[in-house]
Amino acid sequence: MIEIKGVTKKFGEITAVKGISFAVKKGEVLGFLGPNGAGKTTTMKLITGFWQADQGQVLIDGLDNVTHSKESRAKIGYLPETVPLYDEMKVYEYLRFIASIRDITPEMILPRIKEVVEICNLHSVIGKSLDELSKGYRQRVGLAQAIMHNPDILILDEPTTGLDPNQIAEIRELIKKIGKEKTVIFSTHILAEAQATCDRVVIINKGQIVAEGRPEELAQALKSQELVTLKLRAKGSEVTTALATLADLKNIKIVSEEAGLTTVTMESSARDEGVALGELLVKRAWPVCELVRGGVSLEEVFRELTK
Amino acid sequence: MQGEQHFLRSIYVLFKKELMSYFNSPIAYIYLAVFLVLGNWLFVKPFFLNGELSMRAYFTLLPWILLFMAPAITMRSWSEEKKSGTIEFLLTLPLSSWQLVLAKFAGALSFLLIGLLLSLTLPFSLNRLGDLDLGPVIGGYLGALCLGSAYLAIGLLASVMTKNQIIALITSLAICFVLFIIGQQFILVTVPVVIAKFFGFISLGARFDNITRGLVDSRDLIYYLSFSYFCLWLNVKLLEARKWQ
Repeated sequence: MIEIKGVTKKFGEITAVKGISFAVKKGEVLGFLGPNGAGKTTTMKLITGFWQADQGQVLIDGLDNVTHSKESRAKIGYLPETVPLYDEMKVYEYLRFIASIRDITPEMILPRIKEVVEICNLHSVIGKSLDELSKGYRQRVGLAQAIMHNPDILILDEPTTGLDPNQIAEIRELIKKIGKEKTVIFSTHILAEAQATCDRVVIINKGQIVAEGRPEELAQALKSQELVTLKLRAKGSEVTTALATLADLKNIKIVSEEAGLTTVTMESSARDEGVALGELLVKRAWPVCELVRGGVSLEEVFRELTK
Repeated sequence: MQGEQHFLRSIYVLFKKELMSYFNSPIAYIYLAVFLVLGNWLFVKPFFLNGELSMRAYFTLLPWILLFMAPAITMRSWSEEKKSGTIEFLLTLPLSSWQLVLAKFAGALSFLLIGLLLSLTLPFSLNRLGDLDLGPVIGGYLGALCLGSAYLAIGLLASVMTKNQIIALITSLAICFVLFIIGQQFILVTVPVVIAKFFGFISLGARFDNITRGLVDSRDLIYYLSFSYFCLWLNVKLLEARKWQ
């Protein structure tokens, strides 16, 4: 559906994207992850044809998006980072304008607007002026704009940034709903979001792809180096020696040792969900104050990968 | 045929949006009011002292009013799209840059046309006072439309280069002013003959004077047409180059 082949884009001295390649299959929801300034927006603008790559190629349905610019642009619905709204218009005026410029036949315009309003839940604001809308509604009108012509491909640039948790949940639901039938690429810097909504995740940093895979796979890979923090009443040296006997633990470190309380951290690749560690603690009868698992989340790895 | 129809239909949709965006804000009405009040007042004030039933004085005044009016019409055309981010939407539509530019131009030109149509009250009133010679009046309006379209094309060009409306306004005002003034007599007599000839040729002003005198020469009309076309062509190129980040 979408193929990005060795794409490079430079702005003067700065290389925003360095020879990245990835593909998105039909009907897939791809999360595009990365810190700010990693090249997410640039990549999306290259896919939508707003910019042209200095090197490499973007194929939309097998067609080069430079040589077959119009055909490929017609297949894409795009929600840029700044929602493209004409503030002086009313919501229905805007939607009608979008419908006509997207070549929807006059007799289909009203039914299509009704459908889109239904999908994006815009009933309550349809008569309002766009500059009166809250951020959540602006985002939804932007989404309505992107799906108006029923495109096969949706490119959404940080669709949940700046929204409150309820609105974020709504937009995510919406993406999931739309993603059932369409190919979606959306960018975010929130990992949980990618995990919750995507079939596959691409992590980009400094213009290069640093990880790629299904969220569960990535999470699994991360779990293999889960961080465990243990706080207990025992001597530090005794604790480390005892822990070292367990094969699944690595990098055992004493973080602090004061007033008889020892805090150690370790990386666990335990497949038995920590049963061995539990047994050890019971056997030695050390009073445990705190045992925290899963200190390494997707966030940590993300930070590790994108340092 | 189908392709052409489609080409024009998209332009029409965008053009409607352009015109709507003018009239959705109060600024449009202010422009029109200022244009009409200023023009009519400056013309009518000395009119009865002159004791001459013609609109010649109006058409000497008009280029100067248009000089401010046209850049004010076009200043937000592209700048606002860039500032609000809607340019990204426009440029990722499956349309050609020519369609976008022509729609903008048609919108601006129609707005100007509305202003000129509203000012027709003037010749109609004068005609009631006596026998107004209509030749120069028609010529004058034709000239105003030609000069206006050249000004607007310059204005669009200035607007595509910046996201700041004020910079767009001042740049286009300066360019229009220079291109108008270099054809005036007091400039032409001070420069060498070769340069004077060149100035006379490229100047937007001298040709306007010809047309308002009732001398409608096709060369003058072609000049205005090609000048506007050249500016719009540059506009398309700048839009495609995306060098205005």
